[in-house]
Amino acid sequence: MKATVIVTLKPTVLDPQGMTIQRSLGSLGLDDITDVRQGKIFDVRLKNGSREQVERLAKDVLTNPVIEEYRIIWE
Amino acid sequence: MKFGVVIFPGSNCEQDCYYAIRTVVGQPVEYIWHQDTSVKGFDAVVLPGGFAYGDYLRTGALAKFSPVMRAIADFAKKGGLVIGICNGFQILAEAGLLPGALLRNVGLKYLCKFEYLRTETTHTDFTNLMTKGQLLRIPIGHGDGNFFADSETLERIEDHDQAVFRYADAHGRVTPEANPNGSLNNIAGIVNEQRNVLGMMPHPDRAYESILGSADGKLIFESMVNALVTK
Repeated sequence: MKATVIVTLKPTVLDPQGMTIQRSLGSLGLDDITDVRQGKIFDVRLKNGSREQVERLAKDVLTNPVIEEYRIIWE
Repeated sequence: MKFGVVIFPGSNCEQDCYYAIRTVVGQPVEYIWHQDTSVKGFDAVVLPGGFAYGDYLRTGALAKFSPVMRAIADFAKKGGLVIGICNGFQILAEAGLLPGALLRNVGLKYLCKFEYLRTETTHTDFTNLMTKGQLLRIPIGHGDGNFFADSETLERIEDHDQAVFRYADAHGRVTPEANPNGSLNNIAGIVNEQRNVLGMMPHPDRAYESILGSADGKLIFESMVNALVTK
């Protein structure tokens, strides 16, 4: 079984990297894109499919709850 | 009185801290290995700058799982003095020993330069030899020093007089222009509510004698000694 953990900054947290990416788009003519937020993804493989362990990994290790949030896509 | 300087894989300022404490402040000091499970016998613990565990995942994120951090959390809870400098601050925030988090600098650049810090409170074991409003000239060297906390936490920090240092200009004015990295309320250093754990992004361990350009950082280590002597 596989899981993908997506970690992003909370909407209330300033994302200087996303802002810089977005600002650079003007020169490409991608003028419809008004906002870019960056984050991280983690591909996780499981032996027995323990969702609980992936939840714990996402919550306790991959995310700093002060600034980030996560969602998990199960495959 | 004994100071301990923690070494994580990737720490790179431990010798600066060690030298400042032993030679300049004149106190006994030993290194503490990140795998150690106890900090018994130490009166104060320093988490130095660097890139603990490569700063992989997030700055300070993996260091918080090292055995020594469990011992330090316990030590802090019992009132032991803990100072985290730069990466040490990031580790303390990740470990939940200090509120808030350190984000990427607003300008995205790694910054390495002298800053003026305004001392906001002398009511800590790290600033008891200073006067309120005293300006310190201490350098920063970081890419992720942008202090962030949600509005509720920030209000709590301010209400409880936990903001110890703010970035200021040469006249002591706390302005947006004097803020190098986007830190909320120009915060450069904070203490916990118990006031025995300090985290600061600037490096007092790079400004402890005049040959380095400033000796102001010495005051922080000397305040710690003063606090321990009078305890």
